[in-house]
Amino acid sequence: MSHSALDSGTAAEGSKSAIDPEPGQPQGVTGQPPRKPRRSFLPYGLILPAAILEILIHIGPMLLGIWIAFISLTQLNLTNWLNAPFVGLQNFVNGLNPESTIGQAFFSTVGRTLGYTILVVGFSWILGMAGAVFLSSNFKGRAILRTFFLVPYALPAYVGTIAWAFMFNQRDGAVNQILVDTFHLFGDERPFWLLGQNSFGAMIVVNIWQLWPFAFLMLMAALQNVPNEVYEAAAIDGATLWQQFRTITLPMVRPANGVLLMVMSLWTFNQFNIPFVLFGASSPKEATLVSPLIYQNSFGSWNFGLGGAMSVLLLIALFIASVFYIRMVLPKGADND
Amino acid sequence: MKNPLKVLSALTAIASLALGLSACGGSSQQATSDTITYWASDQGNSLDDTAAKLKPSLDRFTEKTGVKVNLEVISWTDLYNRILTAVTSGDGPDVLNIGNTWAVTLQETGAFEPVEGKLLEAVGGKDRFLKTSWSTGGAEGKTPTSVPLYGLAYNMYYNTKLFKEAGIEKAPVTWDEFVADAKKLTKDTNGDGKPDQWGFTAAGASVSANSHQAFIRGLQNGGSLFDKDGKPTFDSGPQVEGVKQFIDLMATDKVMSPSDAEISQGSQKVDNLINGKAAMMFDQSPLKNFDARGFKDWGVAPMPMVSIGATGAAGTQSHVAGINLSVFKNSKNKDNAIKLAGFLTSDAEQVALNKAYSSLPVVTGASSDAAFQTAEVKAKNDALANHAMPMPLIAKEGQMETLTGTAIKNLFAKAATGTVSEADIKSALKDANNQMAAAQ
Repeated sequence: MSHSALDSGTAAEGSKSAIDPEPGQPQGVTGQPPRKPRRSFLPYGLILPAAILEILIHIGPMLLGIWIAFISLTQLNLTNWLNAPFVGLQNFVNGLNPESTIGQAFFSTVGRTLGYTILVVGFSWILGMAGAVFLSSNFKGRAILRTFFLVPYALPAYVGTIAWAFMFNQRDGAVNQILVDTFHLFGDERPFWLLGQNSFGAMIVVNIWQLWPFAFLMLMAALQNVPNEVYEAAAIDGATLWQQFRTITLPMVRPANGVLLMVMSLWTFNQFNIPFVLFGASSPKEATLVSPLIYQNSFGSWNFGLGGAMSVLLLIALFIASVFYIRMVLPKGADND
Repeated sequence: MKNPLKVLSALTAIASLALGLSACGGSSQQATSDTITYWASDQGNSLDDTAAKLKPSLDRFTEKTGVKVNLEVISWTDLYNRILTAVTSGDGPDVLNIGNTWAVTLQETGAFEPVEGKLLEAVGGKDRFLKTSWSTGGAEGKTPTSVPLYGLAYNMYYNTKLFKEAGIEKAPVTWDEFVADAKKLTKDTNGDGKPDQWGFTAAGASVSANSHQAFIRGLQNGGSLFDKDGKPTFDSGPQVEGVKQFIDLMATDKVMSPSDAEISQGSQKVDNLINGKAAMMFDQSPLKNFDARGFKDWGVAPMPMVSIGATGAAGTQSHVAGINLSVFKNSKNKDNAIKLAGFLTSDAEQVALNKAYSSLPVVTGASSDAAFQTAEVKAKNDALANHAMPMPLIAKEGQMETLTGTAIKNLFAKAATGTVSEADIKSALKDANNQMAAAQ
């Protein structure tokens, strides 16, 4: 590609009308609005690099993951995975059979993950909302508090979770030092926070700690769009603070809320980092979420077909839930003004 | 080209293609002829310590052959997944260490160079090696794909100071003696009504260490993890009995701290022994930790047995533990990779490396060195040569370790937070068994 070619192109462009940049076309087309849409390589050429990268990085692996769900992929054929035998729906049958140990684990895990998502998102939203409302009034030190609230969100997820893992340690963790050694709770017995039933609660606490600043940030931005006059008018009419919150604040931030709750739910449902850092490769039974279960099936036992099948089921379930939610809850483009 | 925008878009497309191509080209350029990549497992006190102890050997190798070694020490928690990724992508190191219990699983992937021809010649033939260690190289009847590098075996290590205080003169031999001694060694030293010195300590959350105990304790009780036809029998009577003995140390004998249920790293349990928080433990090579901490009050004895003088499978005190070395089949530098395999298994380097890591030489020519004549090494050698069986040499070994080890980890967690009945143990092992059977 020579420099002169570019130059001559520019020269040609300069001499043509803006509507028809293509030299060599019949001149009669010029100045006849509306112009017929013509097939041109140009727009495709422009998005081609992005499209190629998107397919390579995003869509390709996703389709590959779906394909894996239908083949029997184990260590025997891992190096030559293109030739892994096709087994149809067998992986799904194994994963979904409620009679089998694997199927039972899958179903109870999905139920547990749902409950986990509701608890984490619910508490994070309440905390975020409370923080946002609290910080929307003007007072001294507001900026400091705002920064302070965002710290968990700014910390790398692993660093924060590792710190929690140390704090929850039964023998010398900070949580037991405070609760047992200082306040003498639990009859001076040091409870295990990362084993058994408590591990579920511990995981929820860490996740809320990490997630609520995001809710806080989004809701605070949404609240800034609510004009002050509305509150003043309501106050003059004698509305209590609670009434103001219920009838002004909530409806006004509803669009932001819709998106926020969906995003937080999807993140939480797919949560992997927190259990992995807290518990290692295999979570306690009482605290196994879907993503770690898929990891255990894929990497703990080299059964990638089964892990792939579970991933596909998860993808379908989340996809249906998201579509339903977007149609039902999120504001339509027309009345969003 | 007549249109500047068209030109621009075409240029962008070409540029992005070129970028993609050069990215692909990058990986093949690493394989310059005088450098090979070696993934070493963590045999020292830390990743840095391992690297520092390996460096003199690798320097000697470079001096001798002119081949530079790009060393990466990988922690045990990451090594398996790193190998898995390398196997899948076909893009890995030239030479690597593997846990010898993974040898058959990894052999099945076909990603490693079979030990025959040039490679077998380079390591000097199989007769140079200890028989038990060599047997872990691959499945029976197949050409192995790994050669032994470091030998290890379980023994019981104890704190001699605590033994003296409790008036115990001789290390226990049978399991019953072991439990009785452990009870004597469990006591409340600060008068708060709760024990703070324990008879026994283990890493209750370590999946692999737990699975070793399931294997050893099961054999001692006359069981096995698989029957003759290769079907899993994790929940058979003797297996349940064996696992129960181990869990009971915390659940009913109360000689193991409930806190141990959270320990996932073997070094934390060694700390307990050094600090006097616990008196006995089963371990493969704690000496490097002992030395690093200047700890001298330790003794070593064979792993306790269910019945005295048991032989054969019932006399098992350890699995054939150790680290093997494999050459990656896709290596673009195979000749030099094979040279390194031969060098690291040579008599002189076996002496140097096993001395540094307090492990056992896997070649008979090195065992006679003065460094390996101590009581500790002799005990380990005896366990490895006469009382060790290889973990099941099956393709799904990794899965077996994960399932049995995790079941025991969960049982310890249950014991720490409540009670564990024999039915609990049986049902946990049955679940693991079902999953194993479903995967086969």
